[in-house]
Order: sequence, then structure tokens, then C-alpha cells
Amino acid sequence: MNTRRPESRGATPRLSEAKSRDPFCGRQKRGPSATLGATALCRRVFLASAAAVTIMPFAVHATPEALAAAIKEVTGDAPLREGKVTLDVPPLVENGNAVPLTVSVESPMTAGDHVKAIHIFNEKNPQPHVFNAWLSPANGRAVVATRIKLADTQKVVAIAETSKGEFWTVHADVIVTIAACIEGVT
Amino acid sequence: MANVLVNAPKTAKKGQVVEIKALIMHVMETGFRPGTNGRIIPRNIIEDFSATWNGREIFRMKMSPAIAANPFVSFSAVASESGIIAFRWTGDEGFAAEHQVNITVT
Repeated sequence: MNTRRPESRGATPRLSEAKSRDPFCGRQKRGPSATLGATALCRRVFLASAAAVTIMPFAVHATPEALAAAIKEVTGDAPLREGKVTLDVPPLVENGNAVPLTVSVESPMTAGDHVKAIHIFNEKNPQPHVFNAWLSPANGRAVVATRIKLADTQKVVAIAETSKGEFWTVHADVIVTIAACIEGVT
Repeated sequence: MANVLVNAPKTAKKGQVVEIKALIMHVMETGFRPGTNGRIIPRNIIEDFSATWNGREIFRMKMSPAIAANPFVSFSAVASESGIIAFRWTGDEGFAAEHQVNITVT
């Protein structure tokens, strides 16, 4: 790019010229029309790169829409209420490959009123599902613990389904410094 | 055979809630990672984990690639009767593993 600079100096380059000669938002001083062209070009380059940046992660990441769809699949049309569920997950994890997670639900766990299932979802892993666990009064306590993978700093959602057909939810935000799932083998 | 580690009490009082922990060795390959040759490594995970107490199912879990390698699961159960707690893991590529422990309920 530097080698081309002397040519354009002196004469006021036109819009088309500015475009063809300097595809990467020239920074050197030029006439007013060239500045306009450069700005338009800058915006075009910016938009193109912004589009590329926003589209790319969608290929490998679940989106908030995918998360909402996955939740909808479990709850159907039943309302989702906040509370009763406790999601115990560290707020900051160094290694997303193994994140300890404990879900507990306030419930008497009797035949008439117990937690039927616990569903865990995430926002930005390649798939929104993490696990589904089915419980019964034989569990005594509605507590499930496991270790999960998180591909990015994101939201983890827990949903508890009770025998009465209620859905309780809670979410936790986790900051992840080393991502899991999609990093290649080194 | 897969390497399994289960931690459950050997004895319990009737009606007591006991905690049961189960760990199994498994790669839990997500199917989203490229290998050293640049190609995606095929998915190989445990999909299903279940526990039965004297043949009655007490816990079931459906796993996804988002479960960490060497899946660890902890849950609780009411000690109802003496007998066998059996665990079963099944997954991709015909993976199946079983383990059982004895428990005495007094």
C-alpha cells in the first residue's frame, strides 16, 4: 500500500479511484470527496467484517433462540417461574472442560408433590442441551450434581419440573477463561 | 471393561436419605473438535445413565456432549430395603457398562 501512495498524492482522487486504490480505508489526507468515499468504504468494510464476525459463531454455537426453543420443548406452553431451584456453579472457571455443577430444588419429594425432572441448558455451547435427569419420590432429595463443559462465558439455565406440572427455573452466569468442546486437539 | 468408581454407603437406616456418587472413565468426545489431521473427531459420548435399587429405577439421566469427560453423577436415594443398587451406562459406538453395589438397610 505504501508504494502506491506517491501516485495518489497531489491530484485529488475521485471516489472510484479512492475505492480501487485503497481498499482498506486510507488514512492519508485527501480531498473532501475522497474523504467521503473513504468513509463510505470504511463503513462497507466494517459492515462486511461485522457480518462475518456475527455469522461465524452461529455455525458452532447455540443461540439464545436455540436455547429458548430447547426450553420450549421441555415446558410446552406451561409458564416458567423463577425460584425454588438453586444452581450451584462457580461464577468464574479457569477450565471450561470440567465445571462442577449442583442443582437442588426445594421440594418435599412426596408421592403427591415431588420433582419429576431437572433439565439443564446452556446458551453458547454447540448444542443448548446439557442434561435431563428424571427423579422420583425414591430420591428423597431433589439434588443432582455433575461436571459439565462450557465453551464460552455464558448463561446456564436450570429448569425443574414438578409432579404438579409446574416449572421452576433459575439461571447462573459463568465466566470461562479456557473454552471446552470446540477447541482442537493439540 | 470400563473403569467405574461408585461411592455409596454400605449400611443405612431405613428411611435415611443416602448420597450416591458414580464416576466412569469415558472420553466424552463432543463431535465438534478437529483432531490433529484437521478433521472432526466423531462423537463418542455416554448418552444414558440409570440407577436401579433392587430392580426399581430410582434415577435416570440423559447426557449430552456438554457433560465433562469421565462423567461424574451424584444423586440421592431413600434407603428403603436391603439389596443391590445397580448402575448402567450406555452410549455411542455400542458402549455399555454396568456396576452394582450392595447396601444393607437396618
